[in-house]
Amino acid sequence: MTMFILKVICVYLSTVGFGLIVNLPRRALNEAGIIGLIGWLVYYGITYFGGGMGTANFGGSLVIGLLSIGFARFKKMPGIIFQIPALVPLVPGGQAYQFIKNFAMSKYVMALDYLSQVIWIAGAIALGFIVAEIVFKVNMKLNKKRLKS
Amino acid sequence: MDQQFTDDYKNMVMKTCLSAARIMIESGADMDRVNDTVNHIACNAGFYESQSYITITGIVLSISSDFGARVSIIKKRSFDLEKVTLVNELSREFGEKKIDLQLFYDRLKAIDKYIMVFPLWVQLIGAALVSGPLALVFQNNVHDFLITCLVGMLGWAVFYFLSKYVQIRFLSEFIAALVIGVCAILSVRLGIGLNSDDIIIGSLMPLVPGVPLTNSVRDILYGNLVSGQARALEALISATALGFGIAVVLKLL
Repeated sequence: MTMFILKVICVYLSTVGFGLIVNLPRRALNEAGIIGLIGWLVYYGITYFGGGMGTANFGGSLVIGLLSIGFARFKKMPGIIFQIPALVPLVPGGQAYQFIKNFAMSKYVMALDYLSQVIWIAGAIALGFIVAEIVFKVNMKLNKKRLKS
Repeated sequence: MDQQFTDDYKNMVMKTCLSAARIMIESGADMDRVNDTVNHIACNAGFYESQSYITITGIVLSISSDFGARVSIIKKRSFDLEKVTLVNELSREFGEKKIDLQLFYDRLKAIDKYIMVFPLWVQLIGAALVSGPLALVFQNNVHDFLITCLVGMLGWAVFYFLSKYVQIRFLSEFIAALVIGVCAILSVRLGIGLNSDDIIIGSLMPLVPGVPLTNSVRDILYGNLVSGQARALEALISATALGFGIAVVLKLL
């Protein structure tokens, strides 16, 4: 339990930290941290209740995409400034490193195993974004139709 | 046609559109937003048939059929999301008729000239906040928290100074990865850290090309296939440079 609370604090801090590196506007730092935290909580929840790696990353990035579009509308800022830092806790850093390490140590079977995990996770994250955009576009079209009729 | 506009006015609209687009691409905006902004500015200035061809390395823009098109080349690209937000706000204010064209252009020039990145020490704190906490989140390693923060700060400082003063693309990533690998392994040999893998994973996180990766997915999604692929390649090469740096250290030490 202490580990979980520590992790929650750390996810928030890391998202804000990445915001400082890519020069986010100061008004957006806190919101980006909150979006990143919620996305990671969804990811953690899905893995905790027995979901697979792909599902968990898909869920996390879907929530991040939807929330950042929502915040972008609300705060009148471009959506990417929330998406980029919020993604950082989901990046498959550990697996990518293990791939490089095993490759350098000539353990090619292990290396390819980790590489396929990295590709799987990255694809799941990209798919989550795509679905979030589609939901947003369908919503816009429905709104336009409602205005016309 | 647009006979009611003088050539001076057209010139001004052209200059404003081009510099807005250039600033946005240089600071790392996605192509869809740049296209949108340019079309909005042209529409609000009275030109409804503007055409623009925007890629990550250059812009071709024409605002009306009786006035020639103009080209602007983009040479450098960095990540400065604050500038993207500011240009976006200016274009919105122009659409609401709060500022006129001359003021818009002057503000754009001011934005272009002033460097609004956080000072180095804030960036270093940012790098520390990314590296230490992520080592804990990914690898459950509480013991190495502080040393990972330190190594991450050092790696970011190396990256910052190399990309500022040497300016060879992808070399700064490679050398920063080398320094991070050497420091992580040395710290474990000296007995400060426990697990060199965790320290390296955490410290590399600030250097991960997050902005080009996210943008490339968005660009391809919106049909800007040329820019999307170019960005994906950029992200892939910088990730490979990081990987090679680490691989060299692991092989030698």
